[in-house]
Amino acid sequence: MNVADMLITILNGSIIFATPLILAALGGVFSERSGVINIALEGLMVIGAFAAAVVTIWTGETLGVPGWLAPWLGMLAAMVAGILFSLPHAIASINFNANQVVSGVALNFLAAGFALFLVKKLFEGAGQTTTVQNVFTKIAIPGLHEIPIIGPGIFNLYGISYVALILVGVSYYVLYKTPFGLRLRAVGEHPRAADTLGVNVRRMRYMAVMISGALAGMGGSALSVAISSNFQHATVSGHGFMALAAMIFGKWHPVGAMGAALFFGFATALSVSGQVLGLTAYVPSEFLNMLPYLLTILALAGVVGRAEAPHSLGKSYENGSR
Amino acid sequence: MNSVNSKWNAILVPVLAVILGMLVGALVMLAMGFNPIRGYELVFQGIFGNAYYLGETLRAVTPLIFAGLAVAFAFRTGLFNIGVEGQFIVGQLAAAWVGISWNLPPVIHAIVAVLVAMVAAGLYAGLAGWLKAKLGVHEVITTIMLNYVALFSSNYVIRTFLKGQSEGTEDIQPSASLTSDFFSSIFDGARLNWGLIIALLFTLLMYWLLWKTTVGYELRSVGFNPHASEYAGMNVSKNIVLSMVISGMLAGAGGAVETLGVYGYMVISAGFTGIGFDGIAVALIGANNPFGVVLGALLFGGFSFGADNMQRVEGIPTESIQIVISMVIYFVAASAIIYRLLGVFRRRRREEVQS
Amino acid sequence: MPAVVEMLGITKRFAGFTANDAINLVVEKGEIHALLGENGAGKSTLMNILFGLYQPDEGEIRIREQKVQITDPNMANQLGIGMVHQHFMLVDKFTVTENIVLGAEPRKGVKIDIKKAEQEVQDLSDRYGLKVDPRAKISEISVGMQQRVEILKTLYRGAEIIIFDEPTAVLTPQEINELLEIMHNLVAEGKSIIFITHKLKEIMMAADRCTIIRRGKYIDTVSIESTNVDELAAKMVGRHVTFEVQKTQAEPKQAVLEVNDVVVASNRGVDALKGLSLEVRAGEILGIAGIDGNGQSELIEAITGLRKIKSGSILLNGKQIQNRRPREIIESGVGHIPEDRHKRGLVLDYSIGENMVLQTYYKSPFAKAGVLRYNAIYEYARKLIQQFDVRTPSEFTEARALSGGNQQKGIIAREVDRNPDLLIAAQPTRGLDVGAIEFIHQKLIEQRDAGKAVLLLSLELDEILNVSDRIAVIYEGQIVGVVDPKETDHDELGLLMAGGGKERRGAQT
Repeated sequence: MNVADMLITILNGSIIFATPLILAALGGVFSERSGVINIALEGLMVIGAFAAAVVTIWTGETLGVPGWLAPWLGMLAAMVAGILFSLPHAIASINFNANQVVSGVALNFLAAGFALFLVKKLFEGAGQTTTVQNVFTKIAIPGLHEIPIIGPGIFNLYGISYVALILVGVSYYVLYKTPFGLRLRAVGEHPRAADTLGVNVRRMRYMAVMISGALAGMGGSALSVAISSNFQHATVSGHGFMALAAMIFGKWHPVGAMGAALFFGFATALSVSGQVLGLTAYVPSEFLNMLPYLLTILALAGVVGRAEAPHSLGKSYENGSR
Repeated sequence: MNSVNSKWNAILVPVLAVILGMLVGALVMLAMGFNPIRGYELVFQGIFGNAYYLGETLRAVTPLIFAGLAVAFAFRTGLFNIGVEGQFIVGQLAAAWVGISWNLPPVIHAIVAVLVAMVAAGLYAGLAGWLKAKLGVHEVITTIMLNYVALFSSNYVIRTFLKGQSEGTEDIQPSASLTSDFFSSIFDGARLNWGLIIALLFTLLMYWLLWKTTVGYELRSVGFNPHASEYAGMNVSKNIVLSMVISGMLAGAGGAVETLGVYGYMVISAGFTGIGFDGIAVALIGANNPFGVVLGALLFGGFSFGADNMQRVEGIPTESIQIVISMVIYFVAASAIIYRLLGVFRRRRREEVQS
Repeated sequence: MPAVVEMLGITKRFAGFTANDAINLVVEKGEIHALLGENGAGKSTLMNILFGLYQPDEGEIRIREQKVQITDPNMANQLGIGMVHQHFMLVDKFTVTENIVLGAEPRKGVKIDIKKAEQEVQDLSDRYGLKVDPRAKISEISVGMQQRVEILKTLYRGAEIIIFDEPTAVLTPQEINELLEIMHNLVAEGKSIIFITHKLKEIMMAADRCTIIRRGKYIDTVSIESTNVDELAAKMVGRHVTFEVQKTQAEPKQAVLEVNDVVVASNRGVDALKGLSLEVRAGEILGIAGIDGNGQSELIEAITGLRKIKSGSILLNGKQIQNRRPREIIESGVGHIPEDRHKRGLVLDYSIGENMVLQTYYKSPFAKAGVLRYNAIYEYARKLIQQFDVRTPSEFTEARALSGGNQQKGIIAREVDRNPDLLIAAQPTRGLDVGAIEFIHQKLIEQRDAGKAVLLLSLELDEILNVSDRIAVIYEGQIVGVVDPKETDHDELGLLMAGGGKERRGAQT
């Protein structure tokens, strides 16, 4: 394999492995910008991955929906499931003054338990779904994909990867250019100030948590119907926590979160293609596997340091409280 | 009046959380076409059905006590140690290494192996504490990352240096073993071992350290209010590192007990044991109190172990018990929901009394 | 004049106490109506009811003679009620314009029309002479300008009735004058103002009428023309008060604290202290006057070891203590009543007894070989609680459960009883009632008379003037003047605090 092919493999792999992280991290940005800690990203991704796999299988293989459409329906289902599962966290955090970290941990357990319970129920006691036949396929963008290296590297991705990149821009626009975004950020910084100006703090936070559910669910669908092609207990395995790290690493900013997610994607691509490219002859595979995590620690310790979280993150707000 | 109420609530809330959690679990089972009463019956049978089950349940509870204590200890100093999983692995590995490679007399060998595991895991956790104290890197992220690093590097060490016959290490020497013929004979051959006694010992030790010593006064003070602690002359950075080290030591001891007391070797593993993550749940159910942790571990470990029986006999997925546990944590977190229910209940009762 | 606001028989109960007990407040159109009461008298509760943040348990509210129920701030805004909050309701990271339009943003499509918003803010600012830069970030503008942003927020929403909640607490004397002028401008344009304060002089200067409340109860409404400061004070406190601190002439001796040319960086990285020097002697109270944010916090943190200094020296009893660990400095004889008692002064989750040994828990008799001796700790706590009259159910009560005044008494007990050579008191009376304030001033003077050095920092100029033996004025990280409290007044201090002293002295030389 020559250098150009290696570059293409790694570049393409970086974006693809980053896709679920970008989506979930964006979800984290919405929730935490509004002041609600969302450690439940992991669980929301689990639910999303599960719903996407099941709905893609059901629509594509049972109902006979066209193969290209089924994974998109799976993704939509993942978003709906993510929204539904974000609600208990919203209720506990926003209405009942719960410890948001603890509530998130509970949701992670719940989501994993619930998804695997249903898998066993739906697939006759098996620990995983059947293989998804109609997964996302790579779409080459006409013209652009012919550019040397960059073309096949960047302009030949899964549909959901393009969506993720577009959503980064959309999120930025929504958060920083619209009244909705201004209010959402105000609620996360100084909820009482927003309240005195008639902004409904609880409603904004509900919306933010639900958006994060939708985005994290979508991220989960990228795992089960794009990167792998089934759902089992190890499908998500820590991606939600990595997305959380990407969000903090990216300083709670959509573009920053994307950058961090791409960095993780790059490290993963390096370790995955390292095995393919025969690097393991020189470096033990365990070290390649470790790479993304070690790099993250080093990057956080060396480059980023103290990031500033939204001011009222994790603090519940009672109407009229001081 | 108020203080009496709050004392009652401290007991009532977890109890009600467990009941509500079981209720939700029952509803899920019912919705999926299973009989929840039969399900819970089988769970309890799986725990108490015979001496062997009971012994194995306590065996499963033992590492959860260690993991729960580790998480709870860090929480008391305001730190969220999600890295118990990794520290547990480090403890397993260090104990296996000492158990295989060192030559020491019985009992002493086992004690040394546990101590070395504690030191190794303590230092490993201390790294996250140091990164937090000196560079401000959030411990949640570093400990998550360090979990993976621990998993992969321990696999590497086993494969390269400690490889035995199959995909794991050799067996430890008998002198390092924590297995107990005494417990084993009482519980009909269950693998319950001296680890449980060590766990209970550490529970008492943790209580004493946190509430009876100046070290504990500082650690809790830093957890409650780092600014005031700094103002009062305490070294906040030192306490953060210390708290993580002790937390890691507790996790490491758990790992050592698992290797020395249950399996006698350590395997190369593709994924996590889950014990460290379960420790988070145990600590939360136990309200970060050492004795609460023991109760939480009994509940969590008991339910999880008994669930196997339920799946074996009736085919009800074990995950339904995970749903129960998650709802218990949820209701503990959002205890305001329970308070509101209690408030409604009390008000109604008072009205009834008055009318 | 017709009444624009009538609050009649307003009662509001919280768990355990009644914050407002049948209070009446009638405001006429075009007047400045002062609402006078001590800290904790129930002024804020009453105004939060008018602003829709709380619902009254009893009573009736009429706006422009229409009976209304104000369910939330949105509704208050619609009724033309605006509030300038004591603790500014501003998002630091947002710009002036973003803060003002929040919740009522002009739009272009789905987007905020930020150009139009900025223009509107500029127009309003010009019309009322508020001199605000619409594009500035809140974190980068002065406190005075932040307050004018708060005023603009109400005007932008078309407020006719504007509540000013303790607006002068954070301002310099000159800024106070400017504010009172702005208030007069607003009234001249037909607005009505409710002016909440506990400062009598300002009421006499600005208000038309005044309603007094005490411990949640309505006392009286008087016309300013027909009253005086003494009468207002008596009505507010419920007894005759002088506000004068009884003390003898100071007899300063050797220097206890010497701060020489100290340079300290702030959290933002710029220098907060730029070569500051001062001296506090045994047997005197040195007051530091200054506008918030001129380096006061950094000065205290530097002395107490909470912040590293870049250059210069700090000497305690002739020994260098700069950049030592806080514990070393505490043990060498420094006591410190911190400016934020909840952040620094107390561990609120610890009992008041445990808080009494926050610096000394590891010493005999409170600990032996690293093991705490709770008997000794609580015995000591009982002694302090009695000596300093801390009102608490017991020494085992969580510090969180105590009132602000009693929390502060607990801190003072702890700091004074350690018998330090230097006692630093930062805003020791903030938010307390007159009784607690008198008690604390008396304790500071006792320390002085016992030959201790006392460093007092306060944003309340009256407190500085009444309690200090010498006054040093801090401005932009330097001491710009040291004056004798008997030979100075608000105007001179105000000028120094605003940096005016430098030019004046420059002109003389």
